[in-house]
Amino acid sequence: MAHFIDRRLNSKGKSTVNRQRFLRRYKNQIKRSVADAVGQRSVTDVETGENISIPTRDVFEPVFHTGKGGKREQVHPGNDQFASGDRIERPLGGEGGGASGDGDASDSGEGQDEFSFQISKDEYLDLLFEDLALPNLRKTQQKQMIQYETFRSGYQTDGVPSNLDIVRSLKGSVARRIALTSGKKREIKRLKMEIQAFLEDPHEHPIEIAALEKRIAELEGKVKRVPFIDSFDLRFKNYDKRAIPSSKAVMFCLMDVSGSMDQATKDIAKRFYILLYLFLTRNYKDVEVVYIRHHTQAKEVDEQEFFYSQETGGTIVSSALKLMLDIVQTRYDAAEWNVYAAQASDGDNWADDSPSCRQIMIDKILPLTRYYSYIEITQRQHQSLWREYETIASSFDNFAMKHIQSAEEIFPTFRELFKSQDTANEGQ
Amino acid sequence: MGKPEVDPTKQDGMLSDGPDWTFSLLSQYEDEIDRVAKIYKLDTYPNQIEIITAEQMMDAYASIGMPINYSHWSFGKKFISTEQGYRRGQMGLAYEIVINSEPCISYLMEENTITMQALVIAHACYGHNSFFKGNYLFQTWTDASSIIDYLVFAKKFVSDCEEKHGVDEVEKIMDSCHALMNYGVDRYKRPSKISMVEEQARLADRAEYLQSQVNDLWRTLPQSNDIPEVKEVRFPTEPQENILYFIEKKAPLLEPWQRELVRIVRKVSQYFYPQKQTQVMNEGWACFWHYHILNHLYDEGKVSDSFIMEFLHSHTSVVAQPDYNSPYYSGINPYALGFAMFMDIKRMCTDPTPEDYEEMPDVAGKDWLETVHFAMKNFKDESFISQFLSPKLIRDFKFFAINDDMKQDYIEVSAIHNEQGYRLVREKLSAQYNLSNLEPNIQVYNVDVRGDRSLTLRYIPQNDIPLAKSQHQVMKHLHRLWGFDVKLEQENEDGTITTLARCPSEFDKK
Repeated sequence: MAHFIDRRLNSKGKSTVNRQRFLRRYKNQIKRSVADAVGQRSVTDVETGENISIPTRDVFEPVFHTGKGGKREQVHPGNDQFASGDRIERPLGGEGGGASGDGDASDSGEGQDEFSFQISKDEYLDLLFEDLALPNLRKTQQKQMIQYETFRSGYQTDGVPSNLDIVRSLKGSVARRIALTSGKKREIKRLKMEIQAFLEDPHEHPIEIAALEKRIAELEGKVKRVPFIDSFDLRFKNYDKRAIPSSKAVMFCLMDVSGSMDQATKDIAKRFYILLYLFLTRNYKDVEVVYIRHHTQAKEVDEQEFFYSQETGGTIVSSALKLMLDIVQTRYDAAEWNVYAAQASDGDNWADDSPSCRQIMIDKILPLTRYYSYIEITQRQHQSLWREYETIASSFDNFAMKHIQSAEEIFPTFRELFKSQDTANEGQ
Repeated sequence: MGKPEVDPTKQDGMLSDGPDWTFSLLSQYEDEIDRVAKIYKLDTYPNQIEIITAEQMMDAYASIGMPINYSHWSFGKKFISTEQGYRRGQMGLAYEIVINSEPCISYLMEENTITMQALVIAHACYGHNSFFKGNYLFQTWTDASSIIDYLVFAKKFVSDCEEKHGVDEVEKIMDSCHALMNYGVDRYKRPSKISMVEEQARLADRAEYLQSQVNDLWRTLPQSNDIPEVKEVRFPTEPQENILYFIEKKAPLLEPWQRELVRIVRKVSQYFYPQKQTQVMNEGWACFWHYHILNHLYDEGKVSDSFIMEFLHSHTSVVAQPDYNSPYYSGINPYALGFAMFMDIKRMCTDPTPEDYEEMPDVAGKDWLETVHFAMKNFKDESFISQFLSPKLIRDFKFFAINDDMKQDYIEVSAIHNEQGYRLVREKLSAQYNLSNLEPNIQVYNVDVRGDRSLTLRYIPQNDIPLAKSQHQVMKHLHRLWGFDVKLEQENEDGTITTLARCPSEFDKK
């Protein structure tokens, strides 16, 4: 007689530990694969995991086994044409049938196959942003306690009707009624017994009975007057507020779309924005993205237009900065939102505008933002904007700037910009 | 539990054919199968049947089929690739996994129809189970009652070590042990029984004792003044085939906990050793019995026509053998060969031909049930084939043997399924299942106890087959365990010795 056990409800993640071990062991290879994958995703696509492939030879577990060569005997089924003594040309790729020990050899690493698998979204993001930290987050954390969350904290005797806790109130009512009436009820019971005793007595006791009945009526009246519910019974749910760090972030993408920016440059910028977006979603619950593009005038646009519409004209960077400032002031209260900004440009700016950019940055924008990163994507000499910004970078630590020349540099640059303070220190 | 069962055909004794299963229906089937199994004298361990999901099945796959195992990245790798294959639909999962333990644990997947569940119960819980209990290899080499306990102990021990010494340290040792896992079995000596309680009790003793033994090399006691004459003595005096055992006992630098890890890998390897040698028989036996038990139920009118059709459909696809030139061909299907052989034994008993009387006098015309039980109990793949592969079966499979000598630029057909070839084909097919032909013969040959303490392994090639390149990697692992230099040499046919690999290599040393 067999014993059946239903294990379906048992935990299924029995191999999770082993899987984590595997990922841990091959972190470097996986990270490389992850970095390659970044380029092929849309900015806000953070819902999916990623396909990872690492060379089989790296994950190969060596054992002693036989190699090619020597004399082998093999038996195969399904002879349709051979007679003993027949000589056959050696099939390519080792011995006939491929059923021999040779198949093993290529399994275990000499082949060039990739070992590929999927990692989940969380694993992907973890790997992508490992060792990265939000810049300046720690320093401003105290000031960050600006959002409030209400939470339940016990009961109170006063409050608005909507907060009335009915069960709790009725419990109070029952308790009060028991407390106020049980003595009297006991008394009534006792008196009734006495009456009964008198009635059963062979002698008549009309006077005593009348007195007792009067007393009972009095007590019953008192019991009746105890109210079913009293304002004294009412209990209201109490709420308190506690401060929590804001979980909202807004990310400004600023990009120069003047004639000098070609599609390739925009693509590089796009990848940078993808990374930033992914990174922010790791740390904040809600992340909003505002796209601002500019030539001589700035305009707030949607993602499609931001990356793919073509404009011509000169370049006035300050127009975008002003627009960003406007938007922050009207829609994203800096006390509530964590403001991040990333500006991408090829470095072109109308020379007279650069000093005013610096002024706006120092006076208005940098005090409001958690972090402002500027990347310049160009093969040419730096121009006035870069020089002006350099002076900012030396005095503000929530401002960072980097120079990117080609797509491969994006991820390293990103890592450098967001390297966590600890790792940065270790590096030095 | 399950839904209330509606069974319109109940009155005439026929079991519902689902397709959905319920627990009550499962146990009805199990009762019937049990009854029939007893008619055929199948002796089994008590069954414990567990219903699991596909994902749990993959978990079980990853930990080499065991319900519990120590943690290691390689199991994670296995899990990932299984999961990947399954998701893409490249591979189906096995319908069942069965564990050689007492009680015998079998896993059934919840996705299976009732027919498949019945098939699996007959196959695993009665077929494999009785094989585990009856076959001499399993009886001698494994201890069904204690394996689960032992793995509980092993898992705990490994995770304790990880806590104490760090995951990386443990992983290094385990990697190295896994590389030598196939050389962690005793082939000729019966291993002592393992049990968790005893293991734990002896653990401390053994660690202490071993350390005192090994540290002999550094003994600080003053040496006697009269130096004995130095003789060329090999250590060990006889070559040792169980490399991991040798390392566990003799490696000079291992900590006690590291020795214990070596031991754990060795024990697990030993446990699986019989399974490797009885694949054809074990699967053949299980197929033979699910086929007979379910057909018996059908003959009795217990199961419906649609049940038996569905069963036959899965059965035939399991025991199909593609030909050598088919795109699906990937060697001989152990299910097909094993099933065909057991069926053929039965045929030779019940319906013998003159040829059978001549070729298989011990089988032809005998009581079939006794003969198959005898075959199951007393053989392993290699000897089973050389004993029972009949000429008829060789003809049916159209077996032919190929001689592949790398010195020639052609391969030669050395025998086919004809009068002259039977014996040769049988011999060669049998040799193909001889583990010692499959695994290179490598033994511990010498330790330079008086010199640099280097360890020498010796490879004795068969048929001039060289070792694959991975030997260099394995030697690195061996070096990690041994702690001093390790060498691998090959004994050639003419008796000369060539050094194949050393670690650290001569170039590293300078």
